[in-house]
Amino acid sequence: MKVTDKDVAYVAELAHLELTEEERAGMLRDLNSILDYVDRLSELDTSNVPPMEQVSDRYGVDEAKQGSERFAYAVREDVPEGLRKSLPHAEALENAPDADEDFFRVPKVIER
Amino acid sequence: MELKSLTIDSARTAVQERQTTALALAEAHYARIQKEDGQIGAFLTLSKERALEQADRIDRMAAEGKTLPPLGGVPIGIKDVMSTRGLRTTAGSKILENYIPAYDCTAVARMEAAGAVVLGKMNCDEFAMGSSNENSAYHPVRNPRDLNRVPGGSSGGSAALVAADMAVVALGSDTGGSIRQPAAFCGVVGLMPTYGRVSRYGLIAFASSLDHIGPLAKTVKDAAIVLRTIAGRDPMDSTSADLPVPDYVAELDKPVRGMKLGVAKEYFGEGLDDEVRQAVEAAIDKLKGLGCEIVPISLPHTPYAIPTYYLIATAEASANLARFDGVRYGHRARGVKTLAEMYRRSRDEGFGAEVKRRIMLGTYALSAGYYDAYYLKAQKVRTLLTRDFDEAFRKVDAIVTPTSPTAAFRLGEKSNDPLAMYLADIYTVTADLAGIPGISVPCGETREKLPIGLQILGKHFDEATILRVAQAYEQAA
Repeated sequence: MKVTDKDVAYVAELAHLELTEEERAGMLRDLNSILDYVDRLSELDTSNVPPMEQVSDRYGVDEAKQGSERFAYAVREDVPEGLRKSLPHAEALENAPDADEDFFRVPKVIER
Repeated sequence: MELKSLTIDSARTAVQERQTTALALAEAHYARIQKEDGQIGAFLTLSKERALEQADRIDRMAAEGKTLPPLGGVPIGIKDVMSTRGLRTTAGSKILENYIPAYDCTAVARMEAAGAVVLGKMNCDEFAMGSSNENSAYHPVRNPRDLNRVPGGSSGGSAALVAADMAVVALGSDTGGSIRQPAAFCGVVGLMPTYGRVSRYGLIAFASSLDHIGPLAKTVKDAAIVLRTIAGRDPMDSTSADLPVPDYVAELDKPVRGMKLGVAKEYFGEGLDDEVRQAVEAAIDKLKGLGCEIVPISLPHTPYAIPTYYLIATAEASANLARFDGVRYGHRARGVKTLAEMYRRSRDEGFGAEVKRRIMLGTYALSAGYYDAYYLKAQKVRTLLTRDFDEAFRKVDAIVTPTSPTAAFRLGEKSNDPLAMYLADIYTVTADLAGIPGISVPCGETREKLPIGLQILGKHFDEATILRVAQAYEQAA
């Protein structure tokens, strides 16, 4: 077993999930079974292989250039207003579960 | 009105020449939806008002004798992971049950600008995570060919929609096979374009380096028309490629004679159903008969694709889904005392089991101490998988494979075994990882009359070639 109860609790905390007792037990079983399967990647020697983070590296990046010049394909004019106008206040708040006319409202963050 | 034989061109022409109206076309499809969708479950939301408004606009154009745009009056469905302004968009999740986007996804906007009539939003696996559509938080979709079977996933609603003639075409999304596999299961055409070919702006993100938008259609030509409509640079998505968009439709009829098609032994090994194998081999023979040269190739890292995919996709998903916190939109748990508790309980209540599982796996793979062993390792193997294709495409113009190892399975058959479910994507995930385009085209049926899909994979930005091969096969079959 790679993943323990303690790991499940720790990862759930990182992921902002609580999970019921039953869900944690299921998670323990599933994560271990998936990670066992995933372990076959260790059969491959990748010591000299660069990681691939983005497909766009394959069609956009100019390897001959340095610094941000390499990513010139993604550069656009700076439009002070933004490419799309910012949403009006009311519209941006429309989907919020709780808001006043200016802000999203959340439970108190600071205890005192 | 006979809906089965309607294609983009026939529907548009009928509206243009006033044999029918866009309004009548939309109404006829809604009538069919009313009759059929109760048992299929392809829709999550109908958008009648929006559809009729657009239909009216198109009808007025036709009445004035104006030339209609390429999809003028054509009824379509949109997978519910694409944002639609003013129209509920759930991503198949309870956490977005009441979410009304403030803007349109670029692909949807381009379809509507080209005259398409959006009938509604299509059911899918929650956040596009699944291969059977059973992970929808609302209800599963059933395969129109056999209601006891799944339509595939995650674009199951989009595939079933087209297969049941409830619309002419649909937009789906593909992160690990979610357009091509349901297309194969439902007996329709499904195209995943090259990564960067179609803007992802407004697509609710699952795994940003793997997500693609593409069409599900009755014919290869319809898929080509939709691709031509939605492809091309969009300043709102910096990964959208600034490359010219060819006229995919004009390229379709070029001959396939002399084309080199690769057949990789890794796609015909253990786990491939016999009937699927026979159908795909027969399809390959047919292509050979059309003058294509069949070239044996090897894609040696294929067995590592699923583990690589499930690390990268879940890692990206865990980051993307962090935004669902109950603050700006989406579900918020009631009666919570602190902010941290609000995050946790809102997410606990809002996400389904598979989404939680993937967030957990992805968070684990990115966490301190495991990053190198899992996430970084997977990114390196992603390079190897991509190099396999580079190597192969030095010898061949396209690669032909089965789309899925089996035909549609029964509801409930794999829903308790995540790993078994993941293996349904074994022939599709590699193309997502490499960013190359792929299409699934129907190639016969099993004895139980279940559709089988032939997959054709191509070079980066060479959709024209795979569309051409797919159409040549479609017309010969």
